[in-house]
Amino acid sequence: MVCGMPSILAAGLPDRDEESMMTNLLELKDLRTRFHTPEGTIYAVNGVSFHIADGETLAIVGESGCGKSVTMMSMLRLIPIPPGEILSGSAIFQGKDLLQLSDRELEHIRGQCISMVFQEPMTSLNPVLTVGRQLTESLQVHLEMDKLQARGRAIELLDLVGIADPNNRLGDYPHQFSGGMRQRVMIAIALACNPNLLIADEPTTALDVTIQAQIVELVIRLRQQQGMAVIWVTHDLGVVAGLADRVVVMYSGYIVEEGDVFDIYNRPEHPYTQALLAALPRSDRRRENTRLKSIPGAPPNLLVEPSGCPFAPRCPLAAQDCRDANPVLSPVAPGHRIACWRGGDR
Amino acid sequence: MNTDNILVKVDNLKKYFPVTRGIVFQRQIGAVRAVDGISFFIRAGETLGLVGESGCGKTTAGRTILGMYPSTAGAIHIAGHDINAAKGKEWLMIRRKAQMIFQDPFASLNPRWTINSIISEPLRVHKLLPTEASRVKRVKELMELVGLSPRLLNRFPHEFSGGQRQRIGVARALASDPAFIVCDEPISALDVSIQAQVVNLLEDLQDQLNLTYLFIAHDLSMVRHICDRVAVMYLGVIVELADHNELYERPLHPYTQALLSAVPIPDPEKDRARQRTILAGDVPSPLNPPSGCRFHPRCMFAQEHCSQVEPEWRQIFPDHWVACHEVK
Amino acid sequence: MAIDTVTAPGPTQASLDDLLAPPLTLRQLFWRRFRRHKMALFGSVLLVVLVLYATLGAFVFSESYANFTETGIRLQAPSAAHPFGTDTVGRDILARTIYGGQISLLIGITAALIETFIGVLVGALAGYYGGKLDNLLMRLTETMLSVPQLFLLIVMAKFFGGKVPDLALFGRTFSGSVIVIIGIIGLTSWMYVARIVRAEFLSLKENEFILAARAIGTPRWQIILYHILPNSIAPIVVGATLGVANAITTEAYISFLGLGVQPPTATWGNMLEGAYNYIETAPWLWIFPGILIVLTVLGINFLGDGLRDALDPRSRAA
Repeated sequence: MVCGMPSILAAGLPDRDEESMMTNLLELKDLRTRFHTPEGTIYAVNGVSFHIADGETLAIVGESGCGKSVTMMSMLRLIPIPPGEILSGSAIFQGKDLLQLSDRELEHIRGQCISMVFQEPMTSLNPVLTVGRQLTESLQVHLEMDKLQARGRAIELLDLVGIADPNNRLGDYPHQFSGGMRQRVMIAIALACNPNLLIADEPTTALDVTIQAQIVELVIRLRQQQGMAVIWVTHDLGVVAGLADRVVVMYSGYIVEEGDVFDIYNRPEHPYTQALLAALPRSDRRRENTRLKSIPGAPPNLLVEPSGCPFAPRCPLAAQDCRDANPVLSPVAPGHRIACWRGGDR
Repeated sequence: MNTDNILVKVDNLKKYFPVTRGIVFQRQIGAVRAVDGISFFIRAGETLGLVGESGCGKTTAGRTILGMYPSTAGAIHIAGHDINAAKGKEWLMIRRKAQMIFQDPFASLNPRWTINSIISEPLRVHKLLPTEASRVKRVKELMELVGLSPRLLNRFPHEFSGGQRQRIGVARALASDPAFIVCDEPISALDVSIQAQVVNLLEDLQDQLNLTYLFIAHDLSMVRHICDRVAVMYLGVIVELADHNELYERPLHPYTQALLSAVPIPDPEKDRARQRTILAGDVPSPLNPPSGCRFHPRCMFAQEHCSQVEPEWRQIFPDHWVACHEVK
Repeated sequence: MAIDTVTAPGPTQASLDDLLAPPLTLRQLFWRRFRRHKMALFGSVLLVVLVLYATLGAFVFSESYANFTETGIRLQAPSAAHPFGTDTVGRDILARTIYGGQISLLIGITAALIETFIGVLVGALAGYYGGKLDNLLMRLTETMLSVPQLFLLIVMAKFFGGKVPDLALFGRTFSGSVIVIIGIIGLTSWMYVARIVRAEFLSLKENEFILAARAIGTPRWQIILYHILPNSIAPIVVGATLGVANAITTEAYISFLGLGVQPPTATWGNMLEGAYNYIETAPWLWIFPGILIVLTVLGINFLGDGLRDALDPRSRAA
């Protein structure tokens, strides 16, 4: 099975207001995922929908427990099925629903059309296989290359991600690379088969800030060269600002705000997004207030079946209707939606 | 430069960890030079930030300053007491006056002890309050001080969230009425919304109780917010030290410049518009630091003599110190 | 100053605290997990039955009856008068298994306590202090481990056997050989516990809460006893439990070799020894004590498995 070549190869970033004219590369609709544990049911994802167009970079932002990683893993069916359970949802990728495909068809797509990079490169890479072997394995399986071709392509890839002396490094093991290097190797493996979509789940969270800058710069360069779409999952609002075209903000398994990156940062409409941005200290500004605006209370308890707006207990604008019913995502401006009963009317 | 009212003074502190080899008899074949000669002072009531990336030695520095590791060389004075020489009663006095808050809210509390036992441990060890009842009362006061409900006295750490556990750690550190607290990455493991809560708490406590902090962190934005002065560490040495605004607005050392330019700014226009200096390569290992200026292999301004001679620690502007040959 | 608010009319901190999951103490967690382990429950029940057998049985038969020889009725197969038959000198086997059980269990438990105590002491000191002390203690441990245990037991049994006087306790006389056996099993089995405890201490002492205790100024002995030890209870308990089983089997084969507890005091082990020449001709001599040993060891192993799973904080299956 061959996935189509990315259509935005050298055309630069897609037009912002014309998303309806683009055919979406991936459309996720109403995903609901739960985990059944002895302590109770964890309502991890409670109806998440978003889309991403060819060549676009979408950031999914939220704190720990908001369901962002579970959403990605559910989409690619990487969650363990007991105790996990995907109650509903469809993930349409190139006309096929990922959640309904057979295992074999899904395996074709994973790695070839959609690939994923994780947070901990030490545990995502097999410590007992050389880096070269892990690279060529992917190439041989998906693109059916022979050993020599695969090796050549592997050297190209290592060079592409900026690893010096790639010929000799092919024979090295993961522990012989530093953290930043390992993450580059992960990216090389992910790009090996020229995927249409790269999903990066907190790829730089465990890295030092100067190494993070290197990796972000690498991804920016590669996405222009290769033309792939990127979903970047993180809690770091700084990284997102420099990288994303559109942003989705998640809280307690729901999407609370979605929009263009400039809209989200300059005109955030959902109280949670506003509070999150207000709680961030700035390295580029003098300290004006005497305090950071913190969000009172504690992160939501996922063992409780959600009812009403999940942010209500901590929201300065919460009223009775917020506790009664969960708000639906509705537009406040073109391409900018929030899930809030108080939104828009202040 | 105002040098009165100094609470903590560190002079040319070094901490090396020996690397040994041998099965029966172990010989030392080298040393990890985690901290290789740092000097600074902290005034009472001030917050000094110590920043750097992994392997720079900041955590080791914090622990050595507190006396948790014996120093290899150099002097440490806290409130006039010499940490290296203190024994017996003086040592216990230092343990009361200098405390620490840790990074990992899950590993820094004994999972089998109740919150009451955890917070009152300093009271028992130093025999500060004679009866159990008086200790419980003090624990409840401390819990309220850090924003925890005193009713949760007899619960166990696993029943609390990360932010609450950090508060318990703060309460424990405050129990013996310290003057100086080393905060070793206290918010790195917390969510953004909780980080702000804990940082505000630390600042309020500093005002109320006249505390002095050594704030060790790698989040440069938070450091600018909470610290009065900031020291930048690289491979075991301090490369720059200045007032917080001064450092961020006028960074002199090439590493500081690169570090600051790598910090993402949560503002899409600003972040995309700015010039970034992307450092090449990885942070070298403290086992075998480069000769001369440790930063020279990655420095864009490096000259011949940078690889030969270690730069001097010089005051370039008032209260702004740098160790670099190329800064004039 | 409590938590700062951003003009929130929401719930107070107190009620937010209530939203925490209902508190499960560590003990409750342990019981919940233990109850789910069917084999462990079976093992516990089995052991309770066996202990009752050995203790309550003493009210049915007196010790003198168990030691009463009557050569006229020797080697009789099980009958109404003697449900387990009689042995080579006409003693009732049922009564002997009861009193033998008492001694075997006593040996098992006491030896396990001794070896656990020594093992914890050695392991804790080696693990916490490290360096030369660790080196010394570990070389000692390894030396003990490299000598075959059977050889050690035999040599020690020969050396000490007969040198220890009988002990009179609780109105009963315990043969000196019981003390000897307990001692030598304890002194030759502590190494396994020591290694486990040392490993636990080595890993636990790196935890930040230990560093916190040091920063507070807590003296080292308090750190070892109150901080680290309670967190290493799990492997110690499991080790001690399995140590009982190990001690009972060791006693059995030491006695089988004739070097263990000397008659007339009965133990399951020396009853097996007495059956050596009559394996085929009088199987009731060894079947009953043999089955009892097997059941006891089985029960202990199941219990130990259950304890290990229930106490392991890493196991998420609750």
